[in-house]
Amino acid sequence: MDLNYDLAVGTTRELNQKLNSASTKDADVSFRVLNPKGAHALAVGMTSNISVDIEGHVGYYCAGMNQKAHITVLGNAGPAVAENMMSGRVVVSGNVSHYAAASAHGGLLVVEGDSSSRCGISLKGAHIVVKGSVGHMSAFMAQSGSMVVCGDAGEALGDSLYEARLYVRGNVASLGTDCVEKTMLDEHKREIDGLLERSGITDADASEFRRFGSARKLYNFDVDNADAY
Amino acid sequence: MCGIVGLFAKTKSFENELGLHFSKMLEEMTDRGPDSAGFAMYHNAVDGGRVKVVVLARDSLDSIILADKLSSVFSEASVSDLGSGHLLITVASEIDGLMTWLRTEHPELTVLSAGRSIEIYKEKGLPNKVIEEFSIASMSGSHALGHTRMATESAITTAHSHPFSTGDDVCLVHNGSLSNHNRLRTELRKKGIYFSSDNDSEVAAGYLTWRLREGDSIDEALNRALSDLDGFYTFAVGTRDGFAVMRDPIACKPAVISETDDWVAMASEYRAIALLPNANNAPAWEPNPGQVYSWSH
Amino acid sequence: MPTKKNSDNKSSQRHELRSRLRESATYPRAVIAEIQRAAETGIYDIRGWGAKRKVPNFDDLLFLGASMSRYPLEGYREKCTTSVTLGTRFASKPIELKIPITIAGMSFGALSGPAKEALGRGASAAGTSTTTGDGGMTPEERENSDILVYQLLPSRYGMNPDDLRRADAIEVVVGQGAKPGGGGMLLGQKISERVAGMRDLPEGIDQRSACRHPDWTGPDDLAIKIQELREITNWEKPIYIKIGAARTYYDTALAVKAGADVVVLDGMQGGTAATQDVFIEHVGIPTLPALRQAVEALQELDMHRKVQLIVSGGIRSGADVAKALAMGADAVSVGVAALIALGDNSPQFESDYNELGSSAGFYDDWHEGLDPSGISTQDKELAARFDPVLGGRRLANYLNVLTLETQTLARANGKSHVHNLEPEDLVALTIEASAMAGVPLAGTDWIPGKNNF
Repeated sequence: MDLNYDLAVGTTRELNQKLNSASTKDADVSFRVLNPKGAHALAVGMTSNISVDIEGHVGYYCAGMNQKAHITVLGNAGPAVAENMMSGRVVVSGNVSHYAAASAHGGLLVVEGDSSSRCGISLKGAHIVVKGSVGHMSAFMAQSGSMVVCGDAGEALGDSLYEARLYVRGNVASLGTDCVEKTMLDEHKREIDGLLERSGITDADASEFRRFGSARKLYNFDVDNADAY
Repeated sequence: MCGIVGLFAKTKSFENELGLHFSKMLEEMTDRGPDSAGFAMYHNAVDGGRVKVVVLARDSLDSIILADKLSSVFSEASVSDLGSGHLLITVASEIDGLMTWLRTEHPELTVLSAGRSIEIYKEKGLPNKVIEEFSIASMSGSHALGHTRMATESAITTAHSHPFSTGDDVCLVHNGSLSNHNRLRTELRKKGIYFSSDNDSEVAAGYLTWRLREGDSIDEALNRALSDLDGFYTFAVGTRDGFAVMRDPIACKPAVISETDDWVAMASEYRAIALLPNANNAPAWEPNPGQVYSWSH
Repeated sequence: MPTKKNSDNKSSQRHELRSRLRESATYPRAVIAEIQRAAETGIYDIRGWGAKRKVPNFDDLLFLGASMSRYPLEGYREKCTTSVTLGTRFASKPIELKIPITIAGMSFGALSGPAKEALGRGASAAGTSTTTGDGGMTPEERENSDILVYQLLPSRYGMNPDDLRRADAIEVVVGQGAKPGGGGMLLGQKISERVAGMRDLPEGIDQRSACRHPDWTGPDDLAIKIQELREITNWEKPIYIKIGAARTYYDTALAVKAGADVVVLDGMQGGTAATQDVFIEHVGIPTLPALRQAVEALQELDMHRKVQLIVSGGIRSGADVAKALAMGADAVSVGVAALIALGDNSPQFESDYNELGSSAGFYDDWHEGLDPSGISTQDKELAARFDPVLGGRRLANYLNVLTLETQTLARANGKSHVHNLEPEDLVALTIEASAMAGVPLAGTDWIPGKNNF
């Protein structure tokens, strides 16, 4: 099987068909995708644990709904990279646009640059590690899973947060409604160390992070919290 | 709901190829806006004391007769027919003088742009139609802004297309949807701002015109817009010397910026930037919400 | 006896006073009760069902039928086809329905597991589709639904690619007629262990879903989202876009431009499991004008019948179905009516309804999870009252009646396929309905707003 695919001559449709026809027995197979040039919906709906390296910037929804595959973007990713990921691992060497890992249920997203706004919006169990900073409204309505930010977090971090765990090493511009700083326990430090290790980040230590979570005041309507709605 | 592109030349040699690269960017945004397309090209600046205006003539208007008529009032008058009803008028005058004359003598003409450097062209249909009709690829220029439109609530006509002229060498393109433009239009009309459509983006442009008239700088006007315009927007504003980009505080509409030694580019999607020379190695980032970014020569 | 006489006097005085009591038109008893309720609780009223206010609807239209100038078809003996194909624009596997009536999206969570199962059974028996809801797909409903439409909602609860591929069509929900511009709601009473697990939420919390999708905003970005969904499902599945009736002309056109195979239009009478009463009654437009605007938009883009249109919101009878089809819909969808067919608001639970301060025919507190019929609840005991096989049978019966009625009306107008019904077969009884539906006032050629009137 030819493991290179050049989008300068081929189409997104052909690429995705080719990637999805690779079965799980090809676990050690590694595809290379060239000249993505901001194309959308690359390597989406993957169901086998193959590796895909995309060399260049990608558009919207790269690695969307990923299951099992290991997808690496050598460049920037557009909106909603790894949206609704179920499992597997997605690494972006550059920056990611807004909605990274939106509603992702499982797996790991590693962003080696910065993330724009709403990183981890509606997160449902996946893990996100951002080596740089995240933009405003990150982890908005995040339900479960965790987000580790080695840099700073923008305004309204964790607004309307549920049970997702947020860890930030740098500054937090402001906390969103119902998001509060919480005590860092050993289990949280272990989680951070584990995620940093899985992300290949060696220059950060769990002790440098602060933990944020839900104050759980909006879980059930309380007349005294009406101004928070 | 649309696609926006902007390209700014940092070197003289890139200015010569600006049209070529810009046309590719505009065409790449076809999917985001299949209804109409338009662009503002900043080039062939006339010297101080002269002004150029692009007007849209709905019915064919003889450019020679118009030139004769202009010559009886203004010196150095010339009119060239650019196709698709677009006429480029140049005269030695202040903008206001020419505009007043046009309004009185030819109220049927729509003024698309006015200034010393700006020329706006727009047309219904797919971007490649506009690109070919006006031969954008062969144009040189210092900078250009373009727009592909997916009409939301207002009609698909040339008048509803972007860019919208907002005064002397200033224009605006918009991606998003405003939610308080109707009442704002009423208020701006009272201040003497003219509107030719029910388009929300035209209100943003009219707002800018008003603020600039009141003495705001582009940055001041855009910053004030943050509190006066409600809704979702990414704006790109072209000025005589450069352009500015701003997203609303919620920032759900996309925008990417990239820069090399030769150019600065902005687009709704990265794929429009990917077509530029050396884009591969250029840093690309997104404008922060509610923050004005600007470049000028 | 003086005492007796005295009391007689008082009673007649009281009677006289009462007959002179005058209820305020601005503050009728229901309004006073709502102000009192707001003052007591400090929270807006939440309820299920759709708009209860009176709006112009299909009852205000009549079919002309056939007599001399047109010839009717024989009932039963001459064929009147009802089949409909959905998703012919881009999908490689369009959906074939036997009847032009589908079951609208209702979530497991809002409804009990057995109720969802019954919807699948009834729809399948009648040859039509059913739809998931805000909460994901349950194995029971997939198993019992021959044709299942999978909703993609802002919350993305339970969203996963395996279910996406298991579905027969995908419905991107932009809005709902009961609350255009609002997100879903499911109060703590119904967030049981299973519901919470499917949605990744803590048990017992009040769930307020987002109103915008987490990964796109606006039709230009939705076009790209749809490309992703098609790539993931191999360009096989029809993709619907569901909109609440609001700025329907524009919204329909934008749904087409964003790449929809099917537009689902939900009028303001459309139901909800739980929403603020103020939202249900005061936002959105009725089904009648929305349907006309949607058809106009499709015709303008030369997409009528190419992008199919499903309309919902107050479809109750075969007359409603036939009138909606005549106005240009390809199919209709039922939600509230389907629940009633299953047994919601049945008189057999009258005493239970009374205990809840309601009555059969009025019960709309579906959000409380105490539904005596066992339909809109997650309470195991209540849910066990509901028999999904019997419920499915009742729903199939109801859908068959709707179909027979639709055919009856189509034949009366001389149509051998229900899609051949036309707006010209209709007249309006009121000026309002005439203006909204765009059909002439009966006995005239007048449509308000047209012909310079």
